[in-house]
Amino acid sequence: MITNSEAIIVNNLTKDFKGFKAVDGISFEVKAGEIFGFLGPNGAGKTTTVKMLCTLLHPSAGNALVAGYDILRQQSLVRKSIGIIFQDPSLDDRLTAYENLRFHGIIYKVPNKELPDLIHQSLEWMELSDRANDLVRNFSGGMKRRLEIARGLLHSPKVLFLDEPTLGLDPQTRNRIWEYLIKLRWEKNITLFLTTHYMDEAEYCDRIAIIDYGKIIALDTPKALKAQIKNDVVDIQTADDLLTEKELLVKYNIKAKRDGDGLHFEVPNGAEFVPKLVRELTIPVKAVTTRRPTLDDVFLKLTGREIRDESASSRERLKSTMRRMGRAWR
Amino acid sequence: MIDLSCIYMVWLRDTIRYFREKSQLYGSITRPILWLFILGMGLRGSYRLTGNYNYTQFIFPGIVAMTIIFTSIQSAITIIWDREFGFLKEILVAPVPRTSIAIGKGLAGTTLSLIQASIILLLSPLVKVRFPLLHLLPIYLVMILLSFSLTGIGIVIAARMTSFQGFGTIMNFVIMPMWFLSGSMFPPTGLPKWLNILVRANPLTYGVDLIRGLILRLSYYSVWFSLGYLVVFAIAITFLAVYFFNRGEY
Repeated sequence: MITNSEAIIVNNLTKDFKGFKAVDGISFEVKAGEIFGFLGPNGAGKTTTVKMLCTLLHPSAGNALVAGYDILRQQSLVRKSIGIIFQDPSLDDRLTAYENLRFHGIIYKVPNKELPDLIHQSLEWMELSDRANDLVRNFSGGMKRRLEIARGLLHSPKVLFLDEPTLGLDPQTRNRIWEYLIKLRWEKNITLFLTTHYMDEAEYCDRIAIIDYGKIIALDTPKALKAQIKNDVVDIQTADDLLTEKELLVKYNIKAKRDGDGLHFEVPNGAEFVPKLVRELTIPVKAVTTRRPTLDDVFLKLTGREIRDESASSRERLKSTMRRMGRAWR
Repeated sequence: MIDLSCIYMVWLRDTIRYFREKSQLYGSITRPILWLFILGMGLRGSYRLTGNYNYTQFIFPGIVAMTIIFTSIQSAITIIWDREFGFLKEILVAPVPRTSIAIGKGLAGTTLSLIQASIILLLSPLVKVRFPLLHLLPIYLVMILLSFSLTGIGIVIAARMTSFQGFGTIMNFVIMPMWFLSGSMFPPTGLPKWLNILVRANPLTYGVDLIRGLILRLSYYSVWFSLGYLVVFAIAITFLAVYFFNRGEY
């Protein structure tokens, strides 16, 4: 249920790591009950933002209210009102699932009387009841993730932060995690703030903010973001992509982008253009499709880069970021 | 600053893990036994000590101290593991003061050290060490002070170490030097000046001396000085441990 009250209000939030701006003056609001996605390549500043909102990292400038509390002056109240699923695993794998939840309940001061019932409910919710007394080290990646979500929810937080919740999971498990998250949103009326660099996951969000180099470059519903691109996208593979690229430019004045998968370009009406192109092109066509734009195309349009081709360069960026920040990164 | 449920949780977790990981339990019992029986028996003939005890009996209090220093520091540096494997984040993001986390860690290290040291004390009849049962009370007081201080040292190390450089490094640069310089293996008398300074500065020296006094009625320093030194050291290291743990970036 989306209401008009704000679960998170961020105002000019900035994190400066010795001259390197990991987060550069971002401002946005998240409505209560919303699934809000933070989308961007690795090293864009997503995790740093989450850490500041969770009071784990002190902002260099700016401020934010989370669940109505000031992240600078009311840290303890913020922490009580939020649940966090970190990017890296944070379970004690030498303990059982039940013990992990129990310890969480103890430090979050869940009343002793209610704790066992609550633990069983959350285990049931995440379909882990039969594994309650198994050591976490014997769990699969997906089970650990579900247990972390169960743990993050144990103290009934108002806002749940999920930093790359499906990173490193196989597609089937990713879908399953998403089923839980969507169910959660409808049944528990909780605000979800998540970061991802998977475009297909961003589609599940009510609204997404696209972040790049520490700045928000777009913020809207996935539908509205895609509507920015009015044209259809055509993907084509030919016998000689290089020649085709030139021919497209000369004949139709179309600037195509070439990569390992062939050529990609936008046209106002793909369904009409494709047959014409196949007829007229002097180079044999191997495969051609036309489709509505995805968030990938939106990202490409806004930044000039593809989010998924970032792996090599983003790793470099992350490395240099970490070097600059030294220990502060942790 | 003091959050009892947080202290309890940190303590309980370490204790559960200790009893679950039997290898740690066995390993830390085997080590002192090897020292006591093999080294102790082996060197017995070549050492002449004044008094009515043999070498094995002489090093017995030192073996108790060894057990405490190993267990305490090993217990504290699990902080590094928790940092590497993520669990520390779960505690640090909870609405609890960090000071309480450090105190919980200190109490856990103390508890585990006392359990291990008690096992060694139970071996005392095997080396024919006899002492009045009433002495157990002050012995435990000294062991608590030692365990708590040494866990504090472990916390300082863990908070300062940026990555897990291995228990071996800590053993070579902290545990073994402290133990060798504690008068556990040889009487802390008639030493060259530089060695004497190191021995006299080492809090472990006074712990060993107090325990030896209570077990063998043999001591080199005054009881009140030793006790005072240990108490002051325990307080100082507690503040240091809390300070470094609070300041650390995780």
